[in-house]
Amino acid sequence: MSINIQAIKVIYKYEMLRAWETMLQSFISPVISTALYFVVFGAAIGSRIQEIEGVPYGTFIVPGLLMLALLTQSIANASFGIFFPKFTGTIYEVMSAPISYMEILIGYVGAAATKSLIIGFIILGTAGFFVPLEIAHPIWMLSFLILTCITFSLFGFIIGLWANNFEKLQLIPMLVITPLVFLGGTFYSVSMLPPAWQTVTLFNPVVYLISGFRWSFFEVADVSVGISLAVILLFLAICLMIVGWMFKTGYRLKQ
Amino acid sequence: MQTIVSISNLSKTYASGHQALKNLSLEIKRGEILALLGPNGAGKTTLISIICGLVKATAGSVTVDGFDNVTEFRKTRSTIGLVPQELTLGAFDKVINTLSFSRGLFGKKPNSAYLEQLLNDLSLWDKRNSEILALSGGMKRRVLIAKALAHEPDILFLDEPTAGVDVELRKDMWALVKKLRESGVTIILTTHYIEEAEEIADRVGVISNGELLLIDNKQSIMHKLGKKQISIELKNTISAIPDSLSSWSLELSGAGGQLTYTYDPLNSDIDISGLMDAVKQAGLSLKDINTSQSSLEEIFVSLVKKKS
Repeated sequence: MSINIQAIKVIYKYEMLRAWETMLQSFISPVISTALYFVVFGAAIGSRIQEIEGVPYGTFIVPGLLMLALLTQSIANASFGIFFPKFTGTIYEVMSAPISYMEILIGYVGAAATKSLIIGFIILGTAGFFVPLEIAHPIWMLSFLILTCITFSLFGFIIGLWANNFEKLQLIPMLVITPLVFLGGTFYSVSMLPPAWQTVTLFNPVVYLISGFRWSFFEVADVSVGISLAVILLFLAICLMIVGWMFKTGYRLKQ
Repeated sequence: MQTIVSISNLSKTYASGHQALKNLSLEIKRGEILALLGPNGAGKTTLISIICGLVKATAGSVTVDGFDNVTEFRKTRSTIGLVPQELTLGAFDKVINTLSFSRGLFGKKPNSAYLEQLLNDLSLWDKRNSEILALSGGMKRRVLIAKALAHEPDILFLDEPTAGVDVELRKDMWALVKKLRESGVTIILTTHYIEEAEEIADRVGVISNGELLLIDNKQSIMHKLGKKQISIELKNTISAIPDSLSSWSLELSGAGGQLTYTYDPLNSDIDISGLMDAVKQAGLSLKDINTSQSSLEEIFVSLVKKKS
């Protein structure tokens, strides 16, 4: 079976070029937002909470903030990447080209995940200016980073295919993802919550992402790292199944 | 001529229940210009969309160069270029970038010399670094054509290419289409403008309500279905057609100053000189004689009317 490498390359390049041309919005804006979180939560609140599980508070929130940026950026990049050609009608060209659905997916999701990774590294570098940072398991950290970017870009792609207007495009990121990230232990450890809320929090899948990611930095986790990894892989598998079904049925792409 | 696209018993019913195509079969010949005429909602765009892979057929099959357009879509789509009806372009893309994108999508390696030639042929080379947003409507349409040709297709589908464009640009488009055909590209265009079909097509198909009413060589259609008329202008007006001319089924018009004779040009029994003799013998003096033939438009309108 031949692969249309050229097609994957041009989709990827087109999407990356779009990010480059909107540099302020694509790369600088998330960095500024994260820097503000450091100022507000790290400096202001951090002066009252000295440390959590042996880690200074300002440093403790770095993995959570990174995860917050990765999740929102992955979803936003991938959903917009596929939604916009649908909205303008230019998707006809991709759909009439000799390109398989898997190749379309690799092009769009690959570009969205790459952009999120770049943002992740920039934020990590920015965090280094505010707080002392050491990464206990760099390979694990990188693995979590890449897996999260791919998985949530895939999720964003699904949202972009599903949405048929701009309101729907924003609906899930704003009403579901942002609250889940904020309540998923970005700024605190789950163990700081009352026992009842700790149980409730465990139903939030983002807890597992942040916990695993935080473990790769400080060897401190709310849940076992194996479970964290399993949850990400499970979510990845679910997203792949949904995308597969959407492509097979031509959902909102083919009549 | 060899068949390049074969459409067999194609049907399409949309989720809304609307049946856009009804068991349509059609063979497109290599190197021809085929015009598909039809009123709005006839099914022309659905037909093109199915061939190009944008819409799924409910029943039937399409082969391109012998390959099935669903199971062997890579082979069929790589030979097809599509110019859609709407001006669907990325507003902020540069002309040259959007062409490179199109070429790559179809699996072709970059070829700046070919793209330069293409842009020159379409008088767009000067605008290669302009954003689409800054182009006029006519230029945007030419960019769409350039995009469709960027991967050097053998077959080009033009879905109403001259809808809403001015006369000058329309004529430019016709010249371009003819030039493309000369280079060996098979062209299928849908249009509302019968004069367009009359001007550039080799064969004409008429689609109405999802059915192919007719497909034939342009001249042959006009020959088979067209009517000829002779208008005889009289020196003096008359109040009624003389009895001696009753066998000719003439019509009197122009306040009694004109006799019109409508006939089938394929009827070998028609005797025009006999008519002239009969008019003379009836004592009528001729001032002038005009002949005319029904246009493709009149044939098209009568076909669609008959069907509905």
